[in-house]
Amino acid sequence: MAAVTVQHGAHELAIETSHLTRRFGDFTAIDQLNLSVPYGGIFGLLGPNGAGKSTLIKMLTTLMKPSEGSARVAGFDIVQAPGEVRKRIGYVPQLLSADGALTGVENLMLSAKLYGIPGAEQKQRVDEALHYMGLSDSARQLVKRYSGGMIRRLELAQAMIHRPAILFLDEPTIGLDPVACQSVWDRLKALNKEHGMTILMTSHFMDEVDELCDTVAILHQGRLAASDTPEQLKDAVGDEATMTDVFAYFSGGNLDREGSYRDVGQTRMTAKRLG
Amino acid sequence: MNAVLEFFTKSLAIAEMELRKLLRDPMELLSRAVQPVLWLAIFGQVFSRVRGIPIGNVSYLSFMTPGILAQSVLFTAIFYGIAVIWERDLGIIHKLLASPTPRGALVFGKAIAAGFRGLVQAVIIYLIALAMHISLRTDPIAVIGVLAAVVLGSAVFSTFSLIIACIVKTRERFMGIGQVLTMPLFFASNAIYPLSLMPDWLKVVANVNPLTYLVDALRMLMIDGGQGAHSLLMNFTVLGVVFIVFVFIAAKLYPTLVG
Repeated sequence: MAAVTVQHGAHELAIETSHLTRRFGDFTAIDQLNLSVPYGGIFGLLGPNGAGKSTLIKMLTTLMKPSEGSARVAGFDIVQAPGEVRKRIGYVPQLLSADGALTGVENLMLSAKLYGIPGAEQKQRVDEALHYMGLSDSARQLVKRYSGGMIRRLELAQAMIHRPAILFLDEPTIGLDPVACQSVWDRLKALNKEHGMTILMTSHFMDEVDELCDTVAILHQGRLAASDTPEQLKDAVGDEATMTDVFAYFSGGNLDREGSYRDVGQTRMTAKRLG
Repeated sequence: MNAVLEFFTKSLAIAEMELRKLLRDPMELLSRAVQPVLWLAIFGQVFSRVRGIPIGNVSYLSFMTPGILAQSVLFTAIFYGIAVIWERDLGIIHKLLASPTPRGALVFGKAIAAGFRGLVQAVIIYLIALAMHISLRTDPIAVIGVLAAVVLGSAVFSTFSLIIACIVKTRERFMGIGQVLTMPLFFASNAIYPLSLMPDWLKVVANVNPLTYLVDALRMLMIDGGQGAHSLLMNFTVLGVVFIVFVFIAAKLYPTLVG
């Protein structure tokens, strides 16, 4: 895709939260969170199930309103100007967001139209996105016949067709085999390096974090337990520490800590559909 | 982009994809032709022997044909909301709600697609009625009026269905509530008997039931000599106002699907 220009808002940070809080009844999922994400990097959001990652992503993508505090995304307030935020972000939910009953082209055309890309440009943008994600040959197949890796790449294509400033990815490689993972990682790196898209992603997969992220934040019980480069975090934890050690150290638990029944169910369902 | 233009362009984008899906897999819709055949061919045949139902100068079969079309519209539209529960379980709703699409356009687009589904039902019922030699109005204005009423009625009940889906959120509860609602909506209307036969309390219910206004409009427009209780203007106005109110409610509730 030639010369993608990413328009930044007047604000210099991609994401900035201030005392951001979200409660569900008595449970506080995100607790007075202050987070700053500069433009240009790949930012990893880690934490055990139930640490508040999905809640945070839902708030930042304007799907959920905070109970308290505020956040600016791409220069706009998520509560005051959600429409402006939506124009400037792309989002790939952890669940399956491509429509299996439509073809790849149809899924992308829908995104192009909903993101207000002018009619004359739509076809070209769709073709470019398909080509970029290596899906040109299967563009006219129904998505339910796609492999897991192809579905994820199509979802990325949908999320980037309007050239957003910031991409939000919730567990982008969950349920994918190593080859499919690599194909998704390559595209993410290219989107970041060649096209300057800022990426915020959650992950459970420490290899993925090592491979992709320049900065990592670890959430624990809705609060920021640590935020730094992976190297700095590893050094802080100890000699020869791995990301897994870092994760365990800051989240006060291990990777296998179970989330709610619904979380686990959805994760498994997604993994099954993509696998 | 002008906000009104944006609303309709994006509604049409949603509707277009719904229609593509429908045309790819029309079995579910076509299978809904079975029920009206049974109602007209069996229930209708038997009840046309009953004298003493005050239906004016038309035969009972003629009288009930618009009612069965309205029923078909209702039954097809009332389960339409299950699609958004499916989309919610998958994650498609998350993607749509994170895009700069007016919430009302997400709802309105689905209503347009539901209107098309209703039109297919109308064609099916016309064919059945012709085969049964029921005397129909065939002047273009009447036919266009029937199609307009069917589209509007489908939009009303499919949006109602979306509202229910947004409230109950799971397939099991939705199917339960759908089953519970359809029969009362059907029987508390003028679809297969006139309002004048009803006890007073049922008349009150029937008069707040949008299906009554759909049936009334269809009865005037579809069959030879058909008479309605209200004017066409009133029937269309009631359906239109209810639709707009439902779109507002559904658009408000839509974001709660992502919780």
